[in-house]
Amino acid sequence: MQVGLTHYLVVSALLFCLGLYAMLSRRNAVAILMGIELMLNASNINLVAFNKYVAPAALNGQVFALVVITLAACEAGVGLALVMAAYRNLETVHVDEINVMKW
Amino acid sequence: MNWGLEIAKAVGLAVVMFTFLAVVGAMFGVLLERKIGGWIQSRLGPKHVGPQGLLQTIADTVKLLQKEHITPRAADVAIFNTAPLIVAVAGLMDWIVIPFGPTLIVRDLNIGVVFFAAMASLTVVGILVGGFASNNKYSLLGGLRSASQMISYELPLAMALVAVAMQAGTLSTLGIVNAQAQRGWFVFLQFPAFVIFLIAATAEVNRVPFDLPEAESELVAGYFSEYTGMRFALFQLGEYAEMFAMAAMATTLFLGGWRGPLLPPVIWFLLKMYLIVFFLMWTRWTFPRLRLDQLLNLSWKLLLPAGLIWILITGFFITFF
Amino acid sequence: MGELAAFIILSAITLVSAVVVVTSRNIVRSALSLVPTFFGVTGLYILLQAEFVAGIQVLIYAGAITVLILFVIMLTEGGTGLRVRQTNEQVPLSILAAAVVAVLLIGVLAQTPWPRATESLPQYTASGIGEALLTNLVLVFEVTSLVLLVALMGAIIVARRER
Repeated sequence: MQVGLTHYLVVSALLFCLGLYAMLSRRNAVAILMGIELMLNASNINLVAFNKYVAPAALNGQVFALVVITLAACEAGVGLALVMAAYRNLETVHVDEINVMKW
Repeated sequence: MNWGLEIAKAVGLAVVMFTFLAVVGAMFGVLLERKIGGWIQSRLGPKHVGPQGLLQTIADTVKLLQKEHITPRAADVAIFNTAPLIVAVAGLMDWIVIPFGPTLIVRDLNIGVVFFAAMASLTVVGILVGGFASNNKYSLLGGLRSASQMISYELPLAMALVAVAMQAGTLSTLGIVNAQAQRGWFVFLQFPAFVIFLIAATAEVNRVPFDLPEAESELVAGYFSEYTGMRFALFQLGEYAEMFAMAAMATTLFLGGWRGPLLPPVIWFLLKMYLIVFFLMWTRWTFPRLRLDQLLNLSWKLLLPAGLIWILITGFFITFF
Repeated sequence: MGELAAFIILSAITLVSAVVVVTSRNIVRSALSLVPTFFGVTGLYILLQAEFVAGIQVLIYAGAITVLILFVIMLTEGGTGLRVRQTNEQVPLSILAAAVVAVLLIGVLAQTPWPRATESLPQYTASGIGEALLTNLVLVFEVTSLVLLVALMGAIIVARRER
């Protein structure tokens, strides 16, 4: 049996939903960011799989995947900087304890 | 493609590489370091075990293997045991793209140089979790310092690799060696990249003058304070394998790899690699240790702008000459 | 046949490590099992013959983002290793939501007739990606570099200690 497009799409859908679960149900802000990284990886798999199976002539899918990797790195950097600043001021990293507007 | 044959070849090459590097690289390298250190400091190195001390490392290895395996009490055991494996495996996977001869390469990846940089940056994960999992303040500090040093120096390393890849027009290591046949060795054409690569490589493997993370006088032994026996040997194996890999990459990229007039290619490659290893060991016993802020200033304020400017100059020369 | 076996092994590595990432009660262990997840994704890229993207994935994700996450875990509360409750009160609802989204996605994706390309694959090289980035997609390239600059400055300023 050949490995087709559908196999890759199923794997990336499962990875996406695992990342979604992490984002919705974890308390630690860094764990939520890890879920976001999993979701971005899943979308990258989709992009590269579509590039190979649907439109192999141009390299747009792979370039898009590279751009998504770069933007994921930026977003992880800024997000983790925010987590550290929040920890320094609010003394917690659990997002369900950050529930007052005035500290 | 015959998958069984490919898998058998991969496993066989992995075994050969591991034993070759473990026996020659790490063990002989440690002995070489002690002998060279002794010669530079006007004293004799190890002399008793075997003729001229050649069996010293075998004795040391046997000693390490029969030491008790201690795990600190509140340490996370799974992570504590995985960390040396990550460092050793990353240090050895670097060797997949290093060409010993015109066809003597484990796998000529067409992204060889990127793969090399990726494996060098994987070592940081092992060191960081090794320092953390030991449940020891000195280990944690040593791990954090080492990780920040190594990630700071990955950027100048990558800049030097990019400049050489631009000059050669390919990312594959075999292609870079072949490109040096036409225009001469890159050590003359790309001398600033050579200097940046050597400094960044010394910092990547945590050697003096950049060995603050393992400074015995400051941090006990840094991130591997709590490791005994075989795990300590695995950390050392990873570090020495990575040092030899950096030296091998420097000869591939800058000194023309295995090219040379009379002798067989492998002999030339080993000669050039050991020349760079000797240079690295020479700097170890000559320079004092850099302080952490001096170290990070050197990377971010000196080497990174120098690397970027050199890439600009290389692009200019490639376009117009 | 060999490709199917490789695909199954790599998907298993990716999904099992991802399950450990999202359900582990020890946050350092869940950050550490991001590394096999990213390696599994790298293997899938190599199966899809996108070697440059695979190399960049290892370099950036497994080498840099994992280190960044581990740094922040060690510098904030997670580094103490205390056993605190890691999941909030939304766990049943989030399992339901993730399952619904999974079923929807897999159902839609598996049943859509995608237009399959029939021409043979070109050789995907790094120089091809470089040419594409600097000729057709140069706007994307420039905007991405601007975003990188802004993110770099923003992260430094946000995480700086107040004087």
